[in-house]
Amino acid sequence: MSTPATEPLIRVRGVSKHFGSFTAVDNIDLDIESGELFVLLGGSGCGKTTLLRMLAGFESASSGSITIDGADMAGVEPYARPVNMMFQSYALFPHMTVENNVAYGLKRDGVARAERRQRVDEMLAMVELDSFAKRKPHQLSGGQRQRVALARALVKRPKVLLLDEPLGALDKRLREQTQFELMQLQDKLGTTFVVVTHDQEEAMTLATRIAVMDEGRFVQVGSPAEIYETPCSRFVASFIGSANMIEGSVIEVNGETVVVEGEGGNNRFEVNHSEPVSVGDSVCLAIRPEKIDIALVTDQAATGSQNRLSGTIKELAYLGGTSILRVETEGGRVFEVTSPNRLRSVSGKHVFDWDDAVTMSFPASNAILLTS
Amino acid sequence: MPETQLTTTQAGFVEKVFEWLQRNWAKLIIAIPFAWLLFFFLAPFFIVLKISVAELLIASPPFTNLLEWGDGILPSVSASIDNYAYLWQDPLYVRTYLNSLQIAAVCTAICLLIAYPMAYAIVRAPGNMKLILLLLIMLPFWSSFLLRVYAWMGLLADQGTINDLLLWIGLIDKPIRLLYTEFAVYVGIVYTYLPFMILPLYANIEKLDFSLNDAAADLGARPAATFFTVTLPLTWPGIVAGCLLVFIPATGEFVIPDLLGGGNVLMIGRVLSSEFNANHDWPVASAVAVVLLLVLVIPMMLYHRIQAREGAY
Repeated sequence: MSTPATEPLIRVRGVSKHFGSFTAVDNIDLDIESGELFVLLGGSGCGKTTLLRMLAGFESASSGSITIDGADMAGVEPYARPVNMMFQSYALFPHMTVENNVAYGLKRDGVARAERRQRVDEMLAMVELDSFAKRKPHQLSGGQRQRVALARALVKRPKVLLLDEPLGALDKRLREQTQFELMQLQDKLGTTFVVVTHDQEEAMTLATRIAVMDEGRFVQVGSPAEIYETPCSRFVASFIGSANMIEGSVIEVNGETVVVEGEGGNNRFEVNHSEPVSVGDSVCLAIRPEKIDIALVTDQAATGSQNRLSGTIKELAYLGGTSILRVETEGGRVFEVTSPNRLRSVSGKHVFDWDDAVTMSFPASNAILLTS
Repeated sequence: MPETQLTTTQAGFVEKVFEWLQRNWAKLIIAIPFAWLLFFFLAPFFIVLKISVAELLIASPPFTNLLEWGDGILPSVSASIDNYAYLWQDPLYVRTYLNSLQIAAVCTAICLLIAYPMAYAIVRAPGNMKLILLLLIMLPFWSSFLLRVYAWMGLLADQGTINDLLLWIGLIDKPIRLLYTEFAVYVGIVYTYLPFMILPLYANIEKLDFSLNDAAADLGARPAATFFTVTLPLTWPGIVAGCLLVFIPATGEFVIPDLLGGGNVLMIGRVLSSEFNANHDWPVASAVAVVLLLVLVIPMMLYHRIQAREGAY
């Protein structure tokens, strides 16, 4: 992804932002390469929007430096930066037509009329709004407004496009469709996108790289798969997707695996060695719901032999494609397990039912060992 | 049998009235102020209009009747536009109208220039500060308007506060004429009508979505460009409302030119008052009032028409 010799498009060094005694962004370092679709992911108040607004120039950093395309951005006003932003509320000018909204940035730059018209038409065609050029924003649907906002931000061909919760105001179906459109657009234009979102699914779909933020800091930065499969902390493991977390302590360290004794005794789990630990360390074992094999007790052969547990199904949610099962083990621990509904069920009878006795197992390589 | 039939029709009638009320209660509520305006605005206007086409009489009331009931079945109508022709022919009246419009226009412009930044600043002020500032704007309304104009006389007089202060500093060595000048009238009108400009502007700017300013800046607009392309067009309704609220009463203003301008400033309000009170010429005074109304209403209606055609966003 990156060749260390070249300067990254965006370079953030030691940036902090304080509002009074509140620290919104806390000493962040970040490099974003050209062409990336970088997602800042976190809950509300984690500092992701503040960081984005600092890149756009609406907030100035309390300390640290931001470099975009080799130029130091300190003291550079928003109107002079090589970035454009798509606002969460879209911030379309209500008194201007779609056409004039999109042309606004070009007019400010003094682009000649003919070229302006051509670029606006091109952009509107790209977001499939050419027939809406003469409409005012209030005559458009939410999805159309979103596309106008996108067109307006992209028409100036910025080096970086900043998107603040770009799909937040859309309903679920439209959001999923738009996610792919956004990715295709980014691919086609090659513009670097920096997206802020609180929606982890959106982040996973869009991103080439994700930074998970909490309390103004980056908790983990990596590809969606890295973040999901090898989260670096309890926070990331529980924030991205769901995970069964078992607190315990290391009782045995072998060559390949570590044996963890769960709190409350009599559960022992074998986990692949991923972090340096020694006997007696308190650790957390995380296992994703879909990475647990589950079968009825009567169907013993279907589960593996490693990390075997038996229990009963206490709760069951049928989602169509999959079912979510909550299984209580004999020790009183509750595991969440997702099971694909691979067999078509007629007459409402599923493989699993409430109060069924089941056996679960997972190979040592499926579990994640967390120390922080 | 016929008795029960009657009761059902009665019940049906009551029910119908009820239903009508349920469907039309909103109209009914609107009808009350509408009727009020009709009665207390439109009716007096027609009386004034009637007097304006009458002739002066030394009698009580001092004008001829519109309808004269003679021997015939139909009354004879006596109306003339002589009073209007008189206003048009006498250059004093034309000049006074123009002067009033000019003073009102300049005062409106000055009010706008002062009020816009003030309203903007109040909107952007932090929560509790905003309330205090708004209260300060409305504070003068707690004291009598006349009292405040008299206070200005005290400030502007030859031996008034301002002259005393300037003499004491040594900026001037004899009092400058402030009171009974056109300048005093400007000061008085701007002072009096400033809140009427600030409040509608405040209400309008308050609704402004400031993320639009960010969006404009992000797209390359410098602050001045943002103001002229985004803020100004979006606050235009507030500007129009404020200007009308200042311009209309300022044009017909009587107390301020009378007290602060003395005899030196020609304004239509004073002319109207002297026609009415000093000359006892009710017909001409009425004609002055009708023309003033037309001068103010016609441009407003034209503006409204244009706005309606362009369509709001």
